[in-house]
Amino acid sequence: MTVAAVTPTLGAGVAGAAVVVRGLHRAFDGRAVLAGVDLTIGPGEFVALLGRSGSGKSTLLRALGGLDGDFEGQALVPGRRSVVFQEPRLLPWARTLPNVTVGLSGEAARRGPAMLAEVGLTDHARAWPVTLSGGEAQRVALARALVREPELLLLDEPFGALDALTRIRMHALLQELCRRYRPAVLLVTHDVDEAILLADRVLVLSGGRIAFDEQVDVRAPRRRSDAAFAALRSRLLAELGVAEG
Amino acid sequence: MTAVVSTSTGLDDLGDVGDLAADLAPERGTPLPRSGASASPPAPTLTDARSIAPRTRRPVVPRGVRRLGGPLAVVTVWYLLCATGVLDERTMAPPGDVVTAARDLLRTGELQHHLLTSLGRVVQGLSLGILAGVSFATIAGLFRLGDDLLDSTLQMLRSVPTIGMLPLIMIWFGIGEEPKVLLVAVGTMFPIYINTLAAIRGVDAKLVEAGRTFGLSRLGLARRVILPGAVPGFLVGLRFALVGAWLILIFAEQINARSGLGFLLTLGRSTYRIDIILLALAIYGMLGFTADAIVRFLERTLLAWRRGFTGT
Repeated sequence: MTVAAVTPTLGAGVAGAAVVVRGLHRAFDGRAVLAGVDLTIGPGEFVALLGRSGSGKSTLLRALGGLDGDFEGQALVPGRRSVVFQEPRLLPWARTLPNVTVGLSGEAARRGPAMLAEVGLTDHARAWPVTLSGGEAQRVALARALVREPELLLLDEPFGALDALTRIRMHALLQELCRRYRPAVLLVTHDVDEAILLADRVLVLSGGRIAFDEQVDVRAPRRRSDAAFAALRSRLLAELGVAEG
Repeated sequence: MTAVVSTSTGLDDLGDVGDLAADLAPERGTPLPRSGASASPPAPTLTDARSIAPRTRRPVVPRGVRRLGGPLAVVTVWYLLCATGVLDERTMAPPGDVVTAARDLLRTGELQHHLLTSLGRVVQGLSLGILAGVSFATIAGLFRLGDDLLDSTLQMLRSVPTIGMLPLIMIWFGIGEEPKVLLVAVGTMFPIYINTLAAIRGVDAKLVEAGRTFGLSRLGLARRVILPGAVPGFLVGLRFALVGAWLILIFAEQINARSGLGFLLTLGRSTYRIDIILLALAIYGMLGFTADAIVRFLERTLLAWRRGFTGT
């Protein structure tokens, strides 16, 4: 339960960082999933976290989101954090707008309609979640996360369940919203292309540690046909233990 | 691939394409349709798109009227059996007598009095039962201590037949209104409690986690996530409770009462008025039907989110 505790011993490098993690450990039934993770994320920095299935990506995200206790190590995270899960997790018995502003009151709650407009769902403000498509529901989830004006946005494979076309649209929407609100972002994904398309920096979690950490140097607009894109893609796939076909 | 299909003989001699041929084997026996075949399909024509949809015939008679058909048939058969003497008039009254009895009792005001008395007892008992059932379910569902203290106790009490408590309740509370209301309350509390608690337990933990992430307090979680999620289960419990309420009340009213539908039944038995007994039973039937309609209305309004009904 040390997450979110501000630890002054972290020393240099804390100033001006949104997230600082030092020596984070987490074990499930004696099996270490995170074995000393060190990670710093700057304010407004978009970081993608890749890893094989079961590598502990989501565990790390849940630690930073304060969704799980039983961690050892030190972590400094901002107070305002939001999470978008793989599934929208909307309250089925609340209409769209109350779902966006759930848990908010006053000024923050009044931002709801504007936020809903930003994800293009003004017309659906009074719709029940069951009537929304998968992409629409995930846009509501994104609005619910961003209306809180988070300093850290945690995305746990948010586009994993969407079809390919919807995913492309969601990528563009997310990029635009991140440009506007500038939260620090940790995107957990298993999609290498998605990571390179969106992130400023790509990490690979392997063996319970950050095994790969590199800035994405691909000129915008990023295209898969770009040589730098392909090169980074190859290296990441190799890092993930997948031979390119 | 097409070469394999068209080769009708010697497939086994093809060696390495043998496996492929085996996969395609089912096609071997079916001859390819020839263009010159006599049974050529008719040329496609454009039709109204609605004709493609599965045909739902609009009933000539409205559904509401058709649903009355069953009860009407029962009454008709009943009438015929009485009129032809198949049913002994000493043990079975014809429908006409029941209607007459209803008219007489309505004129004297007795029927209204008994019906309202019973209704009042059910409403009071049910209200208490719902209040207790929902409260206990909420306490047991939200707090571990509440669960430990309440659940085993209530589960044990539940296995005691409510009617079996009648003698004790009569000794404690006499023969006034209290024992009847209390018995209904006890009998309706359990189905409400059990179904509501099960529904609280069944609320998706992922929603609770999300709610917590988005800043809901304990109270907020209960109000916005857990209790709304338990409404479907509560309504299931309410259905059971409504049936149980009348059952228990009739029993209680037959043993110690001067009014109510149960008393009407006893009156019919002791004066050998079969028409009155049948009348009381018919009223039960109608009350059950009404209660069901009320629950269905509640489901439509409270669970609109399930059907995607926007309500606008």
